[in-house]
Amino acid sequence: MNERIVQQLRQFAPDAIGAVEEYRGDLTVTVRKQEIVRICEFLKADPTLAFDMLIDLLGVDMYRPEGRFEVVYNLYSIANKTYLRLKVSVEEDDPVVPTLTGVWPAANWHERETYDMFGIKFAGHPDLRRFYMPEEFEYYPLRKDFPLTGIPDSLTLPRR
Amino acid sequence: MALSSLERNGFLTARLDDITAWARKNSLWPMPMGISCCAIEMMATASPRFDIARFGSEVMRFTPRQCDVMIVAGTVNYKMAKVVRKIYDQMPDPKWVISMGACASSGGMFRSYPVVQGIDQFLPVDVFVAGCPPRPENLLHGLIELQKKIAREAKQPSASRRESISIAEASPAAGKGRGL
Repeated sequence: MNERIVQQLRQFAPDAIGAVEEYRGDLTVTVRKQEIVRICEFLKADPTLAFDMLIDLLGVDMYRPEGRFEVVYNLYSIANKTYLRLKVSVEEDDPVVPTLTGVWPAANWHERETYDMFGIKFAGHPDLRRFYMPEEFEYYPLRKDFPLTGIPDSLTLPRR
Repeated sequence: MALSSLERNGFLTARLDDITAWARKNSLWPMPMGISCCAIEMMATASPRFDIARFGSEVMRFTPRQCDVMIVAGTVNYKMAKVVRKIYDQMPDPKWVISMGACASSGGMFRSYPVVQGIDQFLPVDVFVAGCPPRPENLLHGLIELQKKIAREAKQPSASRRESISIAEASPAAGKGRGL
């Protein structure tokens, strides 16, 4: 199944497919950021692939000069009982990724969470607000350069 | 108050402050602010095995307007702190606060950015109860200490009402261990 997925992806968008990894049967495909929506639409719409479910969407901070962030998409095909992981590399000075809310509505809250924790913006998202942290919070706590115990006075408490 | 005089003469004399405090301390209606696992022990405290009704506190009300003592049972994060304070503000005076467990008292094991490192930063806490979570006996101990405090305050109305009591565990764990 995995070979067929890679083959169909290469056929559909030969320029957009980067590294392909397989570890113990789990397939991971790195994809160009600008093409992510087109590829996901294809993966969902194609009747033989039928990745109809977005299991998870998350960010990773690699904390390196080039390609600091990654956004990871975990897809599942109910008909084929197959998982697929897509990865997109995001630069620190341009942390914007196209939104997938138009493909899977489930992406909505996952993208908000990723935005809240990493500061990665999702272009075209209908409601990109903070998810866990208060609206007035100015930092992104899951970035590696954010101190674990927080930044003093960055969060307010009610008066005593 | 000499109850024997009630039996003998059919009436008793006492200071109004004492009577009021006696009534208050024996009918402390808790606001169960159960926001994580400590709430399970708080529920156990209300169960027949431990029976908080023995101390007049079985009437857990889920509206702050009918409560006397807020039992903050659980981890309070910064976003929740505003909610806890709002509920506390809606409670009618006089009111008291029991900080139940390590998280509420000091942040507990969550030495981390979203967790308030002790609710005394935004609430006037009367009793700190140690434990993770505290056993029901320990919460009852905290309640009894609060009752003593209410009676004590009636004796000296002008005295500082805002002293805090720390209820240690049976082991020498600290009651209010901040910043380990």
